[in-house]
Amino acid sequence: MKRKNLAITLAALAAFVAGGAQAQNEQFIPANGYWVGPYAPGGSGFFGGIIDYFQMLNTRDGGIGGVKLTWEKCETEYNNARGVECYERSKKHPPTGASVIHPLSTGITYSLIEKATADKIPVISMGYGRTDAADGRVFPYIFPLITTYWSQNTAVIKFIGRKEGGMDKLKGKKIVNLYHDSAYGKETLPVLDVQAKKYGFEVTHIAVPHPGNEQQAQWLEIRRIKPDWVILRGWGVMNPTALKAAARAGYPRDKMVGEWWSGAEEDVIPAGDAAKGYIAAAFNLPGTSFPAMQDVVKYVYNKGKGDLDDKTRIGSIYHTRGVVAGIITAEAIRDAQAKYGKKPLTGEQVRWGIEHLNIDDKRLKELGAVGLMQALKVSCMDHEGGGAVKFLQWDGKKWNVITDWISSDQSIVRPMIEQSAAQYAKEKGITPRDCSKES
Amino acid sequence: MLYREAGQFKTTYAEDQQIFPIRQDRIAMALLLVVAFVVVPMIANQYWLAAILTPFLILALAALGLNILTGYAGQLSLGTAAFMAVGAFMTYNFVLRMPWLGIIPSLVLAGLCAAGVGIAFGLPSLRIKGFYLAVATLACQFFVLWVLQRVGWFSNHSTSGVITAQKIVILGYEFVSPASKYLFTLAVVAVMALAAKNLMRSQTGRAFMAVRDMDVAASVIGIRMMGTKLLAFGISSFYCGVAGALYAFCYLGTVEPEAFSLDLSFRVLFMIIIGGVGSILGSFLGAAFITLLPIILSVLSGAFSHVTGIEISYAVLSNFELIVFGGLIIFFLIVEPQGLARLWQITKEKLRLWPFPH
Repeated sequence: MKRKNLAITLAALAAFVAGGAQAQNEQFIPANGYWVGPYAPGGSGFFGGIIDYFQMLNTRDGGIGGVKLTWEKCETEYNNARGVECYERSKKHPPTGASVIHPLSTGITYSLIEKATADKIPVISMGYGRTDAADGRVFPYIFPLITTYWSQNTAVIKFIGRKEGGMDKLKGKKIVNLYHDSAYGKETLPVLDVQAKKYGFEVTHIAVPHPGNEQQAQWLEIRRIKPDWVILRGWGVMNPTALKAAARAGYPRDKMVGEWWSGAEEDVIPAGDAAKGYIAAAFNLPGTSFPAMQDVVKYVYNKGKGDLDDKTRIGSIYHTRGVVAGIITAEAIRDAQAKYGKKPLTGEQVRWGIEHLNIDDKRLKELGAVGLMQALKVSCMDHEGGGAVKFLQWDGKKWNVITDWISSDQSIVRPMIEQSAAQYAKEKGITPRDCSKES
Repeated sequence: MLYREAGQFKTTYAEDQQIFPIRQDRIAMALLLVVAFVVVPMIANQYWLAAILTPFLILALAALGLNILTGYAGQLSLGTAAFMAVGAFMTYNFVLRMPWLGIIPSLVLAGLCAAGVGIAFGLPSLRIKGFYLAVATLACQFFVLWVLQRVGWFSNHSTSGVITAQKIVILGYEFVSPASKYLFTLAVVAVMALAAKNLMRSQTGRAFMAVRDMDVAASVIGIRMMGTKLLAFGISSFYCGVAGALYAFCYLGTVEPEAFSLDLSFRVLFMIIIGGVGSILGSFLGAAFITLLPIILSVLSGAFSHVTGIEISYAVLSNFELIVFGGLIIFFLIVEPQGLARLWQITKEKLRLWPFPH
């Protein structure tokens, strides 16, 4: 009896390892994210959002063009080595392999750039990753969609300028850039230096080592500098720690502007009252009032299927950010289906779809995502597509929108992107694509 | 019955001193090498080559490096990942700045740089021992990463501090495919493992062990403390440095200093504890165990939920992995401080007698 059970288990295991033979009319998208560790709030919320949106499409529309979306979770722990392992595991998944990857980690994105380009699998690093990948001529498979770190950073400076009463008022102001000491955190150092020179403010970069729950020394220095503004470029546990430390150091929270990876509910609630008045950037808005979010609640959570265990997180910043990622991915697949037919698509075909994404206001309305995200137009030259940022302020209970979409300053960002991408191309011996010849 | 050395007579000193004195061992080793070099690249798929076997070999090499220092010479170190980082970043710089050098000399030079750093941070070992030395090497871990992050030269002034490993090219052949990278790694690891094995059988290796077992006695019988300890640090760091370079060039491709965090140092330490302190084989067993366990757990849980329909949450799984590691480390420390390698040795001894117990 025992032996028979064992045999059945082994057979089932073999069937599993051999890869579901039932996978036919399915589009596979790996969910290589993180649900444990210091960055788990971001990972679980974001991937919860993507998976919920896919689930909603499957239930409401029967997938995209009749092709069901499937996914499989793989825990990367925000760790490069694990991320690469997950990528390798997922890339050959039936029926057509991984069709698009969201690494949700700047470090993992960096590790995947060459691998994914060689394997012809597009990587969407939405609001993170390598900024100069926005130059699609050099990075055909990498898409830092919506807004890159550099664009965001120019929008932050614009916002600060607006608060000060004009960009010319920035002259002589002191700004501290408190950043997470990782590839992610360091990404904006050059663009800030360029802007400091242009507008005449003084910028001090202060690093916080990973994971960031120790910031005493940094805030002592901030107290000594007495900056007019602090830009918080934190991630995970570093954010509430910074807010609490700011409260202790007596630094006004409404002079602190966070990045979008520092501006979620999970970043401010643990800081309690210390977070009141804190401002953060966002490329997606929280809430469940948008029709797209309503559908997620209706078709997924009301049927007891949602991916988030904690139902109070539905509609939180990270969750809606995941939904936005889901919308973009689904739209790209839809576009690619229009060209290649309604069948499971390969990564190469989905790449075409992403590169030809054009989500205008009309389409946003159809998707029920007006206000949830901005309009987006991607091209061979421009793998970013959007470029605008809104600012939110935390009132102790919820995020309130305090600006409209503030566009980034592409006159600063684009030349830097092209220069940096050209240097990469030279180092790697890549011949940039000629965009006029791309269809 | 098969594993018996009856009838194998050794008539020369050379035969008596060879690495594998038993014929069956020699055959098994030859078979293993043939499998690793020929059969595996033919049958293994990309996932196995790129995501499992290559990192396994690289981490085994790092574990081997640490084992030389901690297992053989008895000097506790928590700076493994830092030495790996030196190796990775220096190889990148050698290839970048002296492209005419070629990859192998760059690897060796980077290993020597790591050895230099290792010797510098090994200096405290002349005065302090045990936990205090561990703390001194911990300082090395933080200091090296700090320098790599702060000094732009190391990452060629990359904005985000990451380096992208160049292509490995030897005599015009480009190592691009997972199989070729695996073979490159395997060749380096095999050569270095053989060197380590021989080193440990030499006078130097015996001096290491004498220092480990009792340094006062060792110095009384005429072993120079300073030279021996620093040599151990140097050789160990050299191994770690090469492992780090392979980690960047053959596995990750693009690396930020954060990839060589303290976590990695601890992982390598766990490898030698579980695999076997003071054993070449143990480094490989430990590395296999630690790289494979999380993957096996997650595949098994996937299969489990596939069969039963119950999904195990990732939080549970990830914590379970930590629990298993913690439990195993305590288990090995209490029951078998010599690790998996010792279990293998016991099995071998039993096999030699089998089927007769006496």
